[in-house]
Amino acid sequence: MVQGKISSPLPGTVGEGLARRGVSRREFLRFCTTLASLMALPPAMAQTLAQAISKARRQSVIWLSFQECTGCTESITRSHSPTLENLIFDLISLDYHHTLQAASAAAAEEAREQAMKDNAGKYLLVVDGSVPLANPGFSTIAGISNHDMLVETAQGAAAIVAVGSCAAFGGLPRAKPNPTGAVAVGDIIKDKPIINVPGCPPIPVVMTGVLAHFLTFGGIPELDPLGRPKAFYGETIHDHCYRRPFYDQGKFADTFDDHGARHGWCLYKLGCKGPVTYNACATLKWNEGTSFPIQSGHGCLGCSEPNFWDAGNFYQALSMPVTPVQGAVGAAAAAGAAAGVAVTWHNRTKKAAAKAAHATLSVQDLKK
Amino acid sequence: MNNLELLTFARGTALDWSLALCCAGIVLRLFETLGLGRQADLAMPRQGGPGSGWRTIVTRSLPPPGMFQRDALTYVAGYVFHLGLFAIVVLFVPHIQLIRGVIGVSWPGLSSPLVDALTVATLAALLALLLHRLSHPVKRMLSGFEDYLSWLLTVLPLLTGYLAYHHLLLEYTLMLAVHILSVELLLVCLPFTKLFHAVSLFLARWYTGDAYARRGTAA
Repeated sequence: MVQGKISSPLPGTVGEGLARRGVSRREFLRFCTTLASLMALPPAMAQTLAQAISKARRQSVIWLSFQECTGCTESITRSHSPTLENLIFDLISLDYHHTLQAASAAAAEEAREQAMKDNAGKYLLVVDGSVPLANPGFSTIAGISNHDMLVETAQGAAAIVAVGSCAAFGGLPRAKPNPTGAVAVGDIIKDKPIINVPGCPPIPVVMTGVLAHFLTFGGIPELDPLGRPKAFYGETIHDHCYRRPFYDQGKFADTFDDHGARHGWCLYKLGCKGPVTYNACATLKWNEGTSFPIQSGHGCLGCSEPNFWDAGNFYQALSMPVTPVQGAVGAAAAAGAAAGVAVTWHNRTKKAAAKAAHATLSVQDLKK
Repeated sequence: MNNLELLTFARGTALDWSLALCCAGIVLRLFETLGLGRQADLAMPRQGGPGSGWRTIVTRSLPPPGMFQRDALTYVAGYVFHLGLFAIVVLFVPHIQLIRGVIGVSWPGLSSPLVDALTVATLAALLALLLHRLSHPVKRMLSGFEDYLSWLLTVLPLLTGYLAYHHLLLEYTLMLAVHILSVELLLVCLPFTKLFHAVSLFLARWYTGDAYARRGTAA
């Protein structure tokens, strides 16, 4: 075993590992049924999933963290602990994760290099955080720039999972004016399959689902045009929001503590971006399915969408202007008035000239 | 540019420019129209006649005797389209929020399915009016490019709004952006096409009604 590995040594298949940890087949099948449902697969696929995952060798995973806040790691490692999803996560071979691994410094980097060598072409590369291009010194690990480490590690990866909005789309570091020149993984790596799992942070079970899909089918799930798994990002939050009936009825909370807010009315007026946000928060929810932001009274920020940070005020309705328009309209009215005065002056001058040039005809003139 | 960025552009820069051009255009046209002036009417106005500028603003929206029977389709579809469009613009909650964002005032709105039904009725009325315009020889002869352009500029926001609400044809965020951009196209064209009647009809009707009233007749 390479020094610095996080998982306890669990040789063999995932099924053997689960059995060793006391996870019953019934529990495992229930989990697979849920996964099949989440991934919009037919119920019969649960059995296939279970067989494939049980027989799968522990998948080597290298996790690189670049310009990020560790929220994605917090989400994945803590939110569902200690459920079966976490056991599955634990049963992969997480060979490098500089937040979670015990090893540090040279030993940590050695673990990454060893995993890359041992599993060349087979390991799954998970990345959270954006990559700064403005200056390689903005973010480094063991003296290696994020860009160089990504390019080097991606070379031998079977696929890449860009976890969180920063890795998937550039996220907060990319927000205007983007001082670090932050870009997404997909902006740098063009020759590997990339699965974007955006969110700030992403939902833990989505990560597990993507991993299960990779273990089961040996490939990436069906993706939308933004590289997100359709099974989890195929519908808007608004479409599955339990407050949707209030939207349809025209019942909206006007403030966070008014009658409407207390009665669970729609948060559209308070800036909810659920209508344009593709994610599974309204169905999978967070903290073991307990709740999600809208359920706890706050509108959706749209964190799984590209550049959500620059998409207008979080607390203004989606139909409202992104920036105040009064100044532009006032200036335009003044300009219109000035142009109107000029046009009027021109017209009146023309009229006066025509009047002056008008020659009066007499009856005698007509008889000529 | 991804769909959300296009939507942000539609809600930001494009909205700023379209509102500014619309506003500048309306003010310019009003100055231009009112600045022409009229020759002073030196005759003594008639008193107690049936005419009035204010009354004409309303009565011109009503069919003259016998006209409804002669062309019911134009009147019915015309009412449905104009009243429907007005209700959709000012009584759909997201639109009210937009108005609140621009001028700071708001009011209660209608339920979304009701606005949806009004949209269907309005679109049907607009389609009927177009078909009638194309099939009626006199209407067809009187119609020019600008009439069809005005129809298109009016239909596009309604159609894209309907498609966005029902998640049809395009992805929702993209369709919402297209919807907002179509409204902005309408705003930019409004002062410089026949669509300016939305503003000028009040002036024109008042002026006509008042001029006739001075002569002792109804307009």
